[in-house]
Amino acid sequence: MSFDVPDDLRYLESHEWVHTDDGPARVGITDFAQDELGDVVFVELPAEGDELTAGEEFGVVESIKAVSDIYAPLSGTVTAVNEALFDQPELVNEDPFGEGWMLEVELADESELDDLLLAEEYREQIE
Amino acid sequence: MTLRQPPLAGVYEDPTLTDFGGWEMPVEFDSIRAEHTAVREAAGKFDVSHMGQVTVSGPDAFELTQRLTTNHVAALDPGDAQYAGITDAGGVLLDDTVVYRLPEAEADDYLFIPNAGHDGEMTERWVTHRDEWELTAAVTNRTEEYAMVALQGPDAEALLATETGLDLASLGRFEVASAPVAGTESLVARTGYTGEDGFELLCPVADAETVWTAFDCQPCGLGARDTLRLEMGFLLSGEEFHPRDEPRTPYEADIGWTVALDTDFVGRDALAAQERDGVDERLVGLELLDRGVPRHGYEVTDPDSGALGHVTSGTMSPTLGVPIALAYLPTEYAEPGRSVAVVIRGEPKEARTRATPFIDR
Repeated sequence: MSFDVPDDLRYLESHEWVHTDDGPARVGITDFAQDELGDVVFVELPAEGDELTAGEEFGVVESIKAVSDIYAPLSGTVTAVNEALFDQPELVNEDPFGEGWMLEVELADESELDDLLLAEEYREQIE
Repeated sequence: MTLRQPPLAGVYEDPTLTDFGGWEMPVEFDSIRAEHTAVREAAGKFDVSHMGQVTVSGPDAFELTQRLTTNHVAALDPGDAQYAGITDAGGVLLDDTVVYRLPEAEADDYLFIPNAGHDGEMTERWVTHRDEWELTAAVTNRTEEYAMVALQGPDAEALLATETGLDLASLGRFEVASAPVAGTESLVARTGYTGEDGFELLCPVADAETVWTAFDCQPCGLGARDTLRLEMGFLLSGEEFHPRDEPRTPYEADIGWTVALDTDFVGRDALAAQERDGVDERLVGLELLDRGVPRHGYEVTDPDSGALGHVTSGTMSPTLGVPIALAYLPTEYAEPGRSVAVVIRGEPKEARTRATPFIDR
């Protein structure tokens, strides 16, 4: 089985991804992570304005069979929460890098991006 | 410790595996939700070869089985089966089981199905008591000889009908017959643990692959087996009862209907007293009104009076789309509609008691 690992994202060993462009960074969990969890039925996320600290847990994703903490890839302030996940947690399974995104974060320190895995490094980890 | 391998290991394609009762079993083939829905709406097949198979035969086979199980074994004619508890002298559940009185064509008289990993212990229990009571009966652990495939769902009968000459219309719920299945010598029982119509097929290990591959339907793992049984409020050994971690009697576990107090079995006197005096706590169904998933061990509280008990099993019900759970609570909470809370990661989540089964069946 092979998993989608988009080249333009950065990754955390605990299976979160970050997308950075001009605006805030977008955060979610990977295709591999959603497959390991199975049917996602519940997502608990922080609120807009909450502060994240890189490496610390910021939420919980629950599937039918498991509970898993979600870790912050970067420090910063939450500027948006994907509220669609509260009613449609299955979006995490269906489109983990798209509709299944979780948070947008205004980064406190862009240099933290350098600590994250590149796509090829994450790909090696899950192979 | 080496995990026991079911005879079908290597036959099915690419399941996620889990350790269950010392066996390496498939937990999920596609997705728990897809497998669950297939069983509720069409049909699914499960490898349940991890369940034990113990036969009891000889002049005292009836008496031995009666004295070690809670139900009314004398009520079984050849070809009948019944659900029962296996209790200690204090009435505490050691296991739950299905006792089959085998059709006359079979060499053995009774077959019972201990839970995964309990086959050795239960065989030992039967042998020890046989010797202590000086009974004459052959007790044989056949778990490694038999494979067991559960075919469950509204389409199960039509699927099975293409592979057996047995008149399935005449095989009632909790009945068992000897019959060819896909050309193998099998036992066909109209039993299961999903709440749907269906069958459990017992065949020699060498025929397991033939039986499994004969049915073109959704393969299902233990994950869906768990959500299906939970929607019915059925017990899972080790969760709703466990001799050390969750010592419970059949009355507490809400299977008092399996206790035949007019028979003589180990635990009978303790259970007669409990039936007379009533129980302090009982297994109760819960529905969560807030978002979240109740799970084994989570505390249940009353918004006014504090701690009440704990969740034994919980899930997001795939059929209902709401979180459901079973919990031991003070008996006064057994009535449906009582407001309680389930504490999830330190937060009390609103819940209410609810009758089981959770779904209409």
